[in-house]
Amino acid sequence: MSVPHPDLVCSDLTKDFDAFRAVDHVSFEVPQGSFFSILGPSGCGKTTLLRMIAGFQSPTSGDLRIKGKSMIGVPPNKRPVSMVFQHLALFPTMNIGDNVGFGLRQRGVAKSEIKTRVAEVLERVGLPGVSARRIDQISGGQKQRVAIARCMVLEPDVLLLDEPLGALDLKLREHMKVELKSLQAAFNTTFVYITHDQSEALMMSDNIAVMNNGQFEQIGTPHDVYHAPSSAFVAGFVGDANKINAKVSAVNGAVLTLISDRGSEMKIDAPANGLSVGQSAQVFLRPEAIELGGADDGVNVSRGEVDSVLFNGANSSVTVKDQTGDFLKVALPQTGRFANLRKGDSVFTRWDPKQARCYPAPGA
Amino acid sequence: MASDTSRLGFYLLLAPILLWLVILIILPHIGLFIVSISEKIGPREYETGFDNYAAFFGEPLYWRTFARTAIMSILATVLTLILGFPIAYYIAKLTRGRTKTTLFLMCMIPFWVSELVRTFGWMILLRETGVISNALQYLGLVDGPVEMLYNDAAIMMGLVYTSILFMVVPLVTTLDSLDDSLIEAGYDLGGTSTSIMREIVIPHAMPGIVSGCIVVFMLSLGNYLTPILLGGKDSLWFTGMIYTQFITRFNWELGSAFGFLLLALSSLVVFAGLKLSRQSLIETMGRT
Repeated sequence: MSVPHPDLVCSDLTKDFDAFRAVDHVSFEVPQGSFFSILGPSGCGKTTLLRMIAGFQSPTSGDLRIKGKSMIGVPPNKRPVSMVFQHLALFPTMNIGDNVGFGLRQRGVAKSEIKTRVAEVLERVGLPGVSARRIDQISGGQKQRVAIARCMVLEPDVLLLDEPLGALDLKLREHMKVELKSLQAAFNTTFVYITHDQSEALMMSDNIAVMNNGQFEQIGTPHDVYHAPSSAFVAGFVGDANKINAKVSAVNGAVLTLISDRGSEMKIDAPANGLSVGQSAQVFLRPEAIELGGADDGVNVSRGEVDSVLFNGANSSVTVKDQTGDFLKVALPQTGRFANLRKGDSVFTRWDPKQARCYPAPGA
Repeated sequence: MASDTSRLGFYLLLAPILLWLVILIILPHIGLFIVSISEKIGPREYETGFDNYAAFFGEPLYWRTFARTAIMSILATVLTLILGFPIAYYIAKLTRGRTKTTLFLMCMIPFWVSELVRTFGWMILLRETGVISNALQYLGLVDGPVEMLYNDAAIMMGLVYTSILFMVVPLVTTLDSLDDSLIEAGYDLGGTSTSIMREIVIPHAMPGIVSGCIVVFMLSLGNYLTPILLGGKDSLWFTGMIYTQFITRFNWELGSAFGFLLLALSSLVVFAGLKLSRQSLIETMGRT
């Protein structure tokens, strides 16, 4: 054991359903003790990928290693992974203690030891003394924790979580995000979490893989994925962004000049973008990267008119229509300066050429 | 005013079921009970007493037939469960869509024909000059004709055959409601097929198992046609004995007592079964 193996390694994993390729040559590594999220829209193949790791589906080709051992052909009940199901799948015919002790009973652990270990793990998830209760006597958040305890009591190498927060209401979901992250840190177990909710992925993960059409578009830290998306899909899917279709009119080193389809000009500082003059491109600009101001100076400044104010507390935004008719969504700073902004007001928008991302338009 | 009309509506809606219960079930049973406690002491002379019940316990043929009927019905119920469970599991969990509907329908089709016709069908197969006997002779496996009718095995087979649908239907319903992810979770946590069946599937299916068993047991206990046709004259089934008292011997008093004993027996066995499986009648019947 000179070099420790990463907990989970997938190499060129592919899964075909008849003619449909659900997972397409996916490769990644998850180091021990990290929180890895797979983020993607529904139907992108993330559930299939998770079910292959759990052993419910076998890959068409590729290899899957856990702690260095290949899992191809190993049935789910022999794999050192546990899974928290989307609807938790707690056994309604058993009480909480029996639910958590299920895995230990299968391993033939002595009854008295099961009892102490179940009590221990329930205490660690913050639910001491609930063993005798029935599943329907606890709340949604508590069920969540019981489901995690039921897996963690087996001390798996990898814990798989299949959108377990989907069924919870907003407040509880926010709370569980923080809690899941701290549970993961406390158990120091590798978590593989799949979700379509970017805020879950961004908040909890050490690394995120953004998945689309069966392939990984990008693997990176939440910061990288958000601020340096490697493809148009990632830029559009993670976070909010204004998407502007444009044509490159001039290239000056790293600085591009583009003309939007409606005719407004913009400058973007995007090194190594591979774009040349005359090519169609997609520009992504975050609403919070745009500044509202009163003066007409510098680059990427344009005069516009407030088209609508979308009030959403701290996440309020305005849509600004510029003179050519392009719409820009701009996050509204909550400092009070723009509290009186109304539809029809005249404003200037300004953004830094370094803040925008630019990708070749698909099919161009 | 409004509450008066709604109350009237409630009673009107309740009336058919009440009439049905009172006229067709409660009144006949009261009559039957009165007849069962009257002793015939002379032509058209009766006295109240429990002599008819005493006659039952005094005559070994009566209570032995009674016990035999009970035991064979329980056995038939167990066999039906053992045969019906895999069928129901296959239909509910391992098939989808059209295949599922087709299989379910195939279980149902034989029941479109009357029980009498189906039982005669079995007689054509099993009798001395029947299909199976002839086939065995043709293949040279036996020397002479084989009689497969008129024994306990034939009765048992007939009982299982006539009642298996009533086991499969509630089982399919309860197994259908078992979420597949529970079974997957069982495997994921290291369970084997046996332990998942024992700890997850069967506890979930328990209400279906119990309601299926109650129906099958009652159908077997009260079955008349199958034991008589497949078991012959010596089938010794308690309903046959009741028939004899009423029709052949014209002893309505003893027949009524027998009827009451059968009712007591079925109630007792169902009660014991519910106690053993820790299910309540309301829960069991309410679920399916």
